[in-house]
Amino acid sequence: MSVTDWTRATAAQMADALAAGEVTSVELVQAHLDRIAAVDGLDTPSAVHAFLHIDAEGALETARAVDADRAAGVELPRLAGVPIGIKDVLVTQGLPTTAGSRILEGWIPPYDATVTRRVREARMPILGKTNMDEFAMGSSTEHSGYGPTHNPWDLERIPGGSGGGSAAALAAFEAPLTIGSDTGGSIRQPASVTATVGVKPTYGGVSRYGAIALASSLDQLGPCGRTVLDTALLHEVMGGHDVMDATSLDEPVPPVVDAALEGARMDLTGVRVGVVRELSGAEGGFQDGVKQRFEESLERLRGMGAEVVEVSCPSFEYALAAYYVILPSEASSNLAKFDSVRFGIRVEGATIERTMAATRAAGFGDEVKRRIILGTYALSAGYYDAYYGSAQKVRTLVQRDFDAAFAQCDVLVSPTTPTTPFKLGERIDDPLAMYLNDIATIPANLAGIPGMSLPAGLAPEDGLPVGFQILAPAREDARLYRIGAALEASLAAEWGGPLSAQAPELEVGK
Amino acid sequence: MTTMTYEQAMEEFDPVFGIEVHVELNTKTKMFCGCANEFGAEPNTQVCPVCLGLPGAMPVTNEKAVESAIRLGLSLGCSIRESSRFARKNYFYPDLSKDYQISQYDEPTCYEGALDVVLDDGTVVTVGIERAHIEEDAGKNTHVGGSGGIQGADYSLVDYNRGGVPLVEIVTKPITGMGDRTAEVARAYVATIRDIVRALGISDGRMEQGSVRADVNLSLRPKAVAGESQDDIPFGKRSETKNVNSLRAVERAVRYEAARQAVLLLNGEPVIQETRHWHEDTSSTTPGRSKEEAEDYRYFPEPDLLPVEPSREWVEELRATLPEHPAKMRARLREEWGFSDLEMRDAVAADALVLIADTVAAGAAPQAARKWWMGELSRVANDREVELGSLPVTPAAVAELQGLVDSGRINDKLARQVLEGVLAGEGSPAEVVAARGLEVVSDDSALEAAVDEALASQPEVLDKIRDGKVQAAGAIVGAVMKATKGQADAGRVREIILQRAGVEG
Repeated sequence: MSVTDWTRATAAQMADALAAGEVTSVELVQAHLDRIAAVDGLDTPSAVHAFLHIDAEGALETARAVDADRAAGVELPRLAGVPIGIKDVLVTQGLPTTAGSRILEGWIPPYDATVTRRVREARMPILGKTNMDEFAMGSSTEHSGYGPTHNPWDLERIPGGSGGGSAAALAAFEAPLTIGSDTGGSIRQPASVTATVGVKPTYGGVSRYGAIALASSLDQLGPCGRTVLDTALLHEVMGGHDVMDATSLDEPVPPVVDAALEGARMDLTGVRVGVVRELSGAEGGFQDGVKQRFEESLERLRGMGAEVVEVSCPSFEYALAAYYVILPSEASSNLAKFDSVRFGIRVEGATIERTMAATRAAGFGDEVKRRIILGTYALSAGYYDAYYGSAQKVRTLVQRDFDAAFAQCDVLVSPTTPTTPFKLGERIDDPLAMYLNDIATIPANLAGIPGMSLPAGLAPEDGLPVGFQILAPAREDARLYRIGAALEASLAAEWGGPLSAQAPELEVGK
Repeated sequence: MTTMTYEQAMEEFDPVFGIEVHVELNTKTKMFCGCANEFGAEPNTQVCPVCLGLPGAMPVTNEKAVESAIRLGLSLGCSIRESSRFARKNYFYPDLSKDYQISQYDEPTCYEGALDVVLDDGTVVTVGIERAHIEEDAGKNTHVGGSGGIQGADYSLVDYNRGGVPLVEIVTKPITGMGDRTAEVARAYVATIRDIVRALGISDGRMEQGSVRADVNLSLRPKAVAGESQDDIPFGKRSETKNVNSLRAVERAVRYEAARQAVLLLNGEPVIQETRHWHEDTSSTTPGRSKEEAEDYRYFPEPDLLPVEPSREWVEELRATLPEHPAKMRARLREEWGFSDLEMRDAVAADALVLIADTVAAGAAPQAARKWWMGELSRVANDREVELGSLPVTPAAVAELQGLVDSGRINDKLARQVLEGVLAGEGSPAEVVAARGLEVVSDDSALEAAVDEALASQPEVLDKIRDGKVQAAGAIVGAVMKATKGQADAGRVREIILQRAGVEG
């Protein structure tokens, strides 16, 4: 293929071109480093700020080694030489890791997360660490301790969160693939508002070892890309059993790449697609343009042979409330270790208690403190049953709703978010409004099932991206890719290519 | 009233007590990571991201530790739960790397047991076991400067080698009705637990190294008067004496706390519900943290771990291969060894039973093994104020020593010198014999030369012997023994003297 700007290519195209000797990994990495230098830094006109840390030398070193091995005829993994960005929630040996928090400023992990190790074993050059809401708490990256990321579709708008950096890096062509983490929608909601693809795999499908925990029973790492196939390719790199994670599923990665290839043939005959009434916008709170693009997508699915049915999940009404008990409870415990004793910043006090308190007061941002306080309260003696206990019951009901729904259909669908991206600062002082963003994504985390968000078009009223969410039963991640690839192909046929290509040109610096 | 004795206190009050024993398991690796579980390594050399609680690290359950806990639970007569979740116990402390401890809370793996404890006089007391649960140990703080506590220290050092070491915590039900035998029962209970974990081979059971640690809860209540049932009288406020780390200390802590509380109560002062620190040097306790307001650990199920779910088949398999209960073993050994009641009781009281058994297993005769452990070694342990089992000599070495005596290579007197060398770390008995040159001189020519030399300086002795005063030979024997530094076989020396005198002995 002849490509003038390699940053515009898909990861699959890059991999093929590398294998065919049409481009070197060093060229790919350098093209992306140049793009990052042009649009990402706070000193550039666009200042996307998707990255917290760039490892140019490390990425080039990996690229050179891959190029040398390829020249020597060494057999290489499919994505060897294709660059990648990693959300700063994953520990990377020798590379700063902060989880977006000032409390970890300057910390260099002495070990690799399992997924980091798998990325290295796949020989993918790591461009750097992407920005996120502090400890993955947020839907806008405005809670990053290092300043927000800007949405490449409109720099005044949020890129979603918590993985806004990973999504914006894709939308701004700073990386072809990134890794995210999804606790209540932190992969899918950013994908939705940046017109990219993000997948939250089945809980246990990807090892969490080395992912800085937010809420352990909800967290799941997943792949982010600009196309369904690219996302599937990365999913296969990341997934699979890991002895270091006791909750990791002891079974092979689902055949997601094959499913994506099958879906691209655009035949969904016999597939039953369920529309979740409670998440379809029928009950208000959803932007008109979001509903319109969602309906059109359903038409496309029907057009490819799918049968669309309506299902009801009545317990979803309580999902958000349950989530905001379970998450802060687990987070309050997970974040206790940030006590200044072994790593991160230290603010000295007269006693160890004062030192711990002063460090945490200085190092944690408001949203983190808010959730630690909530969680500490919810777990307290005398309140545990009323809050944590009740929330776990809701969780069981949500799982039952999904079981009943999946008895009637193969996948469930909804808009990923109720609205297109809002403006930075618009909801920062209204936590509840911020939390409502995740209304459609949270149930999947409570039930541990896989979900995908992919572009469904631009809302007519504001020209901003709308996301389409697909949910599948646990372990059936492949279904997401089949349906997603089919819808993507159908939309691309109309748009003349991926929606991401229609993002406005960013003003570049030198 | 300012002081009273334990016995006086027991006349006035009815004691209620309970004991929590922490057993450190001797698994190769820690509870939730692959780090070595070994005592005494350089600080912070047996650590990894998991036991250091680094961001992102996750625990994985050590199956061998679960097996040990189940075997222990079965030995305590416990039921084994089909599914038990771990829980997080949340509190901030520098030696707790994650600032939560992974433990079991409302779903202990082992629960509802009963353990027969045999007292020195043969009385059997059944102690109710509430639970035995699995947890991880914390690291170890060393506070430098100030009073030795964390408050006011110039700085504190933390060693995380112990962090994550697997523990089983065994909690008794309240033990009542023991009266003035309370201290004895407490000691015997902890000794039984220790014997069981050693017999199971799941812990080295060394209290002085903290691998078996006891917390003693004690309260007093008024004695029932006529027409009243003791069971109807509510328990008093209790103290919890932490880290009582020897059997003797368990007994003393009970005695001290009972007497202390009795004085308070008789003076009309309240007993404060609190933890107390045990001081070995003064055999007394001082107040720790107040427990009037229960600390809120915000327990919740550990989301990073799957529940412990042992299959019934596995549990039954483990039950079928349990070793003999220590009390049963005692009865059997008494039979096999032919010890008198008194000998047996003394050996049990001195914690020498397993040591003797191991010595016998290594080849020594039962009485010879008993003699060493209850004689010379008990004396040394007493002098050094340590437990018999923590002396730096193994049962195998004692058996070897006795073997040297039995073969005539050394005599009893030399054997004590050899033992002294072994205890001083000079090596095995054979090595000490060689290094110190302690072997009995059995070379006749050397003995004859020594006899002749002694006779030369006391020529009158030969005449006395010939005159029938055979006991006069004693002076020459003594001189020869002195000259050979005790290494001569006294019987052989005597024979040579009699030969020289022309008298056959």
